[in-house]
Order: sequence, then C-alpha cells, then structure tokens
Amino acid sequence: MMDLIGNLGLGLSAALTPYNILFCFVGTLLGTLVGVLPGIGPTATIAMLLPITLSLSPETSLIMLAGIYYGAQYGGSTTAILINLPGESSSAVTALDGYQMARQGRAGPALAAAALSSFFAGTIATVVVAALAPPLTSIALKFGSPEYFGLMVLGLAASIVLARGSVLKTIAMVSMGLVFGLVGTDINTGAMRFTLGRPELADGLNFVAVAVGLFGIAEILRNLETTIERTAVISRVAGLWPSRADFKAMIGPACRGTLLGSALGVLPGGGAILASFASYALEKKISKTPERFGNGAIEGVAGPEAANNAGAQTSFIPMLTLGVPANPVMALMIGAMIIQGIVPGPQVATEQPVLFWGLIASMWIGNLLLVILNLPLIGLWVKLLTVPYTVLFPAILAFASIGVYSVNSNTFDLYVMAAFGVFGYALSKLDFEPAPMLLGFVLGPLLEEHLRRAMTISHGDVSVFFTRPISAGLLTVALIVLIVAFLPNIARRRKQIFVEED
Amino acid sequence: MDIKNVAASGTLLAIGIGFGISSVFTMDVGSALRMGPGYFPLILSIVITVIGIAIGIKALRDTEVFHPQIAPLRALAAVIIAPILFGLTVRGLGFVPAVALTSLSAATAATGQRPLVVLAITLGITVFCLGVFYYGLGLPVRLIGPWLGV
Repeated sequence: MMDLIGNLGLGLSAALTPYNILFCFVGTLLGTLVGVLPGIGPTATIAMLLPITLSLSPETSLIMLAGIYYGAQYGGSTTAILINLPGESSSAVTALDGYQMARQGRAGPALAAAALSSFFAGTIATVVVAALAPPLTSIALKFGSPEYFGLMVLGLAASIVLARGSVLKTIAMVSMGLVFGLVGTDINTGAMRFTLGRPELADGLNFVAVAVGLFGIAEILRNLETTIERTAVISRVAGLWPSRADFKAMIGPACRGTLLGSALGVLPGGGAILASFASYALEKKISKTPERFGNGAIEGVAGPEAANNAGAQTSFIPMLTLGVPANPVMALMIGAMIIQGIVPGPQVATEQPVLFWGLIASMWIGNLLLVILNLPLIGLWVKLLTVPYTVLFPAILAFASIGVYSVNSNTFDLYVMAAFGVFGYALSKLDFEPAPMLLGFVLGPLLEEHLRRAMTISHGDVSVFFTRPISAGLLTVALIVLIVAFLPNIARRRKQIFVEED
Repeated sequence: MDIKNVAASGTLLAIGIGFGISSVFTMDVGSALRMGPGYFPLILSIVITVIGIAIGIKALRDTEVFHPQIAPLRALAAVIIAPILFGLTVRGLGFVPAVALTSLSAATAATGQRPLVVLAITLGITVFCLGVFYYGLGLPVRLIGPWLGV
C-alpha cells in the first residue's frame, strides 16, 4: 500500500511539471478535436496525431499520446451523442441512448453523464493499473520465450474473434500484418527480407507511415464517398448539468461499468469494446424499467461510458508489464515507444520508473483535464461539428504528411503512407478489417524472435510450448478462443452484435 | 460468382504467393531447429495462400452482386497525391511550398469548391503548419529549398 502511494507520488511529480501538463492538455485538446469528427475513431485519431508527438522527449510524448487517446475517446462519445455517428464500435453503445437523450433536448446531461462517469471510471482504473502493474511485472520477468510466444498468439487470437466480419479473412489480415512486420533486415542473420532492393526498407516499413496510411488516409477516403449529413440536433445544447435524479441513476451503472471495464480491459484483443457492450446488457437486464433503454435512459450512457474508459485504462496493463499490445491503440503506443528508443516490456518499470509511473499518473491527469476541458467547451465542440469536412481533411492530410516525414526525415515513408492508404481503402471495400493487421505488424518481429529462441532452446522440439505450464495454458486458451469463433451459432451472434452497432 | 470475394482471394493469393516465393528463393529457410530468415515468412505466406484458395473456391460458387461505394476518382487521386507531392518537394522546394502544394492537392479533392475557397484553405493550412511545426515544435527543415535558388 505504501509502495502504491509512493509510486503514484513519483509518477505525479514526474507528470505534474508545467511542461508535461501543457502537452497533456494539448493532447487532450487535439484528441477531442479530431476525435469529434464524424467517422474518425480513436485509432485513426492517434495514428494521425502520433507523428506530432515524436519530436518530444519520451516521457512527454507518451503523456501527450495518452492525452490524445482519452480526448479521442471522449470526442467519439460526443459525436455519438450529438449526431448519432459513432467513430468506433465502443462508442456505438453510447449512441443508442445518448442520441435519444439529445433528441429529447437532454444532450447536456447526456454529455455530462459521459464525461463524469468516464472520469469516475478513469480514477478507479488508474489505481487498479498502479496496483496490478508491479506484481504482474515481476511475473513477466520470469517469462521465457515460449510464454511470450503463447501470450502474443493469444492476443492475436482474441483480436481475430473481436473483429467484425469473416474469421478467415481476419486470420489472413493478421498473417499479412505479421509478414509486413518482417520486412527489412533480419536481426539474427543480417539478411535483407522483402526490401525489393530499396535501401530505405532496410529498417523495415515505417510503422507510423503504415498506420497513418491504413487508418488515416483510408478513413479520409471513406468520408469523401458521401457528403456527411449533419442533423439539426446539435444546435441546442442547453442545461448541461444533470439533475439530482440523473445523478442517482448514474451512480450504480458507473460503478458496475467501472468494475466490468477494469476486468475486461486487461484481456488482450480489445476488451474495452466488449466491456461497453457487456455493461449495456447488464444495466438493461437489472433495470426495473428495461423498456426505457434505447429511448434515452441515462443509465445506458453512464454504464457503457464508464466501462469503456476503465477498459481503455486497464488495457495499458499488458502493454506496460509485458510489452504486448492489447489492441490497435496500444500497438500505436508501443510503436511510439520503440521510435523513442524504449523497448517495451517488464524492464521499463524497473529501469525507467519515472517514465513508467509518470505515464500511469498522466492517465488520471488526462481524465481530469478532459472533464475540465470538455464540460465548459462543449459549445465549441458542437460548433466544430458544423465546420465543413472540406476544410478539415486537407489540414489533417498536411499534418499527417509533415508528421510522417518528421519521424526519420525520410521522403520514402511518405510513399509508403500513400501506398498503404490505397491498400487500406481497397481492403475495407473487400471487407477486410485493418485493425488486426496493425496488431500483427507490430507483433511480427517479436513473435518471430520468440519463436526462434524457443525452438533453439528446445532443440527444435515443438512440444516446448505445451510442456511449460504457462505457455501451454495461454496457447490452449488461444485455441479455444479460435474454435469458439468458428462455431456456427457464435458466428451468428457475432454478426448480430456487429450489425447492431453499424 | 461473388466478385468481391474473388477479388479478396486474388489479393491474398498475390501477397501469399509473392512473399512465399521471395522467402524460398531469396533467403535461407533453414529448419525448425535453426530457423533461417525465410522460415517464419514462409509459414505465414502459406497460411495467407491457403486462406486465399479457400475464399476463392467458395466465391466462385456463390452468386453475389458487388456494387461498392467508392470515393470519386478525383478525390481518390487528390488525397493520394498529396503526401507523394510532399515527399517529392520537401527537400528541393522546401517546407513552405511543399505544405502549400500538399494542402492545395488535398483541398481540390472535394467537388464544387470555388477556387478562391481552395486558395484560402491552402493559405490557412500553410500558415498554421508553419507556426505549429516550425516555430512551435522546432522541426529541422529548410523553409525554402535549393530548387528555388536560396
């Protein structure tokens, strides 16, 4: 307990420099700014803004990224509530009741409920992260290559199950991501792989360029298909503060949502999305008046928002302790760390405690800033929704181009970004989901490295993965997860869930 | 025939076979004990190819109409050209002209914009980026490049 307080104190003192707070603030602001745009979810937002952070010191840049993440999440909820256009599946649940509240003239309380329950969940989840991270780190230090391999396979398997659409196609996307991740110099032998003779590819495909192309550019192209209709609901946001009755209705769902989110967020593969669905279903089930759900029940906003934010927070746990990303957003975070010269993994906590605890503390600061920033500025975000997309997307493209270039001052990366933009857009038209591919891309080199090492240790005997209890357990779970995804009635239900959110 | 999945299958086959051939012929595959650089990519290529075949066989039997909604060609071209233009000019022309060209290209993507509006958007973005990236973040770039004789 004393350790926990001491560690959080260290983190707070690291994060609470005026400089870091400034960038955390700018991050939340920019994150909200981009995240509030219809159709752009947190992953795309972070991908677009990631390059801007790279010129900062590692601590500040990760703190800013965390700010961007929370801002983007909240921006997505705002759009979901005000114009019923959720940017990512996790805020799709918020749109169900949030938009109905907005239509009944209760947009203010809906937005406040989202902000306050997110903040509540964020505060609790920060403590959960701080409490769980050190013990998990010490377990992780005992992990050998077979265990890491098992863990990554489990993460990829989970991302396959949670992706929408065909399981086969998603497996193909993960494999494609893995193989793209291997482009460049092989670390063991120094051999060039898939570089097509281009010296620029010797260090591999630039992660930022790939991410910005796959998500940013492809997203812009999707948005240019139609002129987005903007509904009139947004003109009236009056009476921000929830009533006393609203508060009473919010507390229970927010607490249960926080619990669900904290638990599910730790799971690899996108637990936060699962958490908001689960929370909505739970609240509807235990409500005395389930018929109000879907017609503007404030519980249907507070619960999922809390679950989502808590899950977003605790999904940092596998990344911080094991260096294994739980979802595409964490994959982006890891990408940023690697560019900054930090090797993600359990050693970060011991070797760079200031960075580690600073990041955890900044999660809470980011959440606090969000409440301070968003409640008074809601009028501004509403206005932003009326700024034409024709002005916004050239700006986003210019930022992204400058940002991608600034990573290595390499013009080749810009061509990679354009190519992956077209590729990502084509893939989405063929019903391939890009998110699992990005996860594969980040994990490719790591997965190969641990596979090779494990096989060398075991003298080429594959059974090493099944004789060590932890890796056997992880791989068994991964296998079960995949088999479940192929079961016909689960497949049907997955389809239903994802149709509902569209 | 299910055109969409035929195309999906084609994409997978092209990538799977392409990377597979490259793994076998340009690198050492090795064995399970001593994995060469080509070992893991070869396994992945085989997975991709097999999935491509499976999707392809099913797609050839199915009948499905495919009318995807695709962004107008003009928008597609303008958005893709924007970063390429930046890459081609940032060294030679310098940061300011490169940003201006990039935003100009992007701004022309939307149809029905008056030229004056496009110019205003371009100017605004250029000034903003100059402020944020050069003066704010101290990006080490030349504002005006050697091609312009500076």
